[in-house]
Amino acid sequence: MWTDVRAELVKQARRPADWLLLAVALVLSLTFGYVVPYAGYVSGSPVGGRGIVTMLPREFVGTALGGLPIFIGALGLIFGVLVAGGEYGWGTWKSVLSQRPSRVQVYSAKLAAVATGVLILVVALFVVAAVASTVVAGLVGAPLTWPGALDVLRGLAAGWLIGMMWGSLGVVLAIALRGTALPIGLGLVWMLAVQNLLASVAAPLLTWVAELQKGLPGPNAGALVAALGTSPGTPGVDPIVGSGQAVLVVAVYLVAFCATGGLLFHRRDIA
Amino acid sequence: MKSTELTGNPVETVALTKRYGETTAVHELNLTVLPGEIYGFLGPNGAGKTTTLRMLLGLVRPTSGEVRLLGREPGPAFLDRVGALIEGPAFYPYLSGRGNLRVLAGHAGVEVSRVDEVLDTVGLTERAKDRYATYSLGMKQRLGLAAALLKKPRLLILDEPANGLDPAGIADMRVTLRKLAAEGCTVLLSSHLLAEVEQVCDRIGVITRGRLVAETTVADLRDGGSLHLVAQPVERARAHLAQLVGAEATHFDGAGFDLDVEPDQAARINAELVGAGVSVSELAWRGPDLEHTFFELTGGDSDVD
Repeated sequence: MWTDVRAELVKQARRPADWLLLAVALVLSLTFGYVVPYAGYVSGSPVGGRGIVTMLPREFVGTALGGLPIFIGALGLIFGVLVAGGEYGWGTWKSVLSQRPSRVQVYSAKLAAVATGVLILVVALFVVAAVASTVVAGLVGAPLTWPGALDVLRGLAAGWLIGMMWGSLGVVLAIALRGTALPIGLGLVWMLAVQNLLASVAAPLLTWVAELQKGLPGPNAGALVAALGTSPGTPGVDPIVGSGQAVLVVAVYLVAFCATGGLLFHRRDIA
Repeated sequence: MKSTELTGNPVETVALTKRYGETTAVHELNLTVLPGEIYGFLGPNGAGKTTTLRMLLGLVRPTSGEVRLLGREPGPAFLDRVGALIEGPAFYPYLSGRGNLRVLAGHAGVEVSRVDEVLDTVGLTERAKDRYATYSLGMKQRLGLAAALLKKPRLLILDEPANGLDPAGIADMRVTLRKLAAEGCTVLLSSHLLAEVEQVCDRIGVITRGRLVAETTVADLRDGGSLHLVAQPVERARAHLAQLVGAEATHFDGAGFDLDVEPDQAARINAELVGAGVSVSELAWRGPDLEHTFFELTGGDSDVD
């Protein structure tokens, strides 16, 4: 099993697209978490939420997590699709499965690679946010006050949970649709369009849609990061449920996506 | 289902069947490959060869029937010591040839040192550092063979291994397969190329429309040739040939005679005819027309070359 995980990690570590996704995620997080808000702050425009406070070190956990419910989550989904779907595109499932491993082993190694990649992403987001918040504190002459270690660990765990949920959604879409293009397209439509329409158009009009929101993955991810300090003005972030329910719902989706992907992969022929 | 019992042969299938909806891709296939032989699995494109091989490797689940490789039923150790190259090579384009083999060695659970050995076996050591995406079709095919050899296989399953290879590459592949067979490795090789199978295989199974229509040795297929003879005057030649080999073994096609005799009779027949004043202008052994035989077996499907 470990040799399969190691082989999978080598594949992903040497794949340029994975590093591009990470770079895009960091640039987006930095741009919309610090650069744009700080530019607005300097120019006297309203920053939204709690203003400059969200850019200071004490709030860096919430700012680092801010993109995960939507746009950085979308990159996590793309990562999951690439990890599993690339094997269909290149026809390499047969090369891997003609060697010795069982499908359970290979699928588990895929999930391990996604989990590792998401962990690297979340840690990198935290490091970039911490550095950026230090710079902002220096620029505005604010004290370097950091959140407690437990808060940071809690934020990392929540970030990983949300990122892994989106990544595993990418994996299951890739396996269900046997490729990369359509899963990425459909996944992004869901995350960037449907979720947004439900929240901003349907939910205010229909009570049952508003209730439904409380069981969907995106709104629960948004509620979870809101509980950890992300400004409610951030897209996709709204404390519609408590943190306990949010963790539970996101975890249930994660398990459901992983199980569905595994079941499909185990039962289907490799054409 | 037939009552064939599975034994410990390298490849055994009993009534192996695969259906896709209304279409039967493979129909109750009973295939046996014996230890140490090179078995040619011949058939036109779409005959069911690749589907059969995929079922052997567990990539495609049979609708019904049984499979056993090296005496093992499908399970955790099923593909131990089984190497395969199915429907062309497939690797990660951003990794080097060596990098790809290292990844597959990880999945196979074999030592990384084995990678350089198989690269050397297929003659790819010099290009091992280059990205797979830069390889020619022939190099990709050789890398596919290298991947199949990673586990020091006792059974090698190769699907159209000569695709994309130039004549020298095909000759190298032939030598490699013979060497592996001499070392005790059993080879199951599928192809739609008659010449490829004929030159390298010990036995041949012919599949068409999902059914195994013939299973024989290459030597048996070559049996049944005739001695072709052109001589003048025709009537005197016919009379003497009737005495020498029998009238029933003498066939005249208007231009020459075809004699149902063994090849080693040629010198004696020539000497007798010349001694009897018959002028012999042509005398040659003509083997059976394998191509015609296969067209008959495959029902005239046109993509057997």
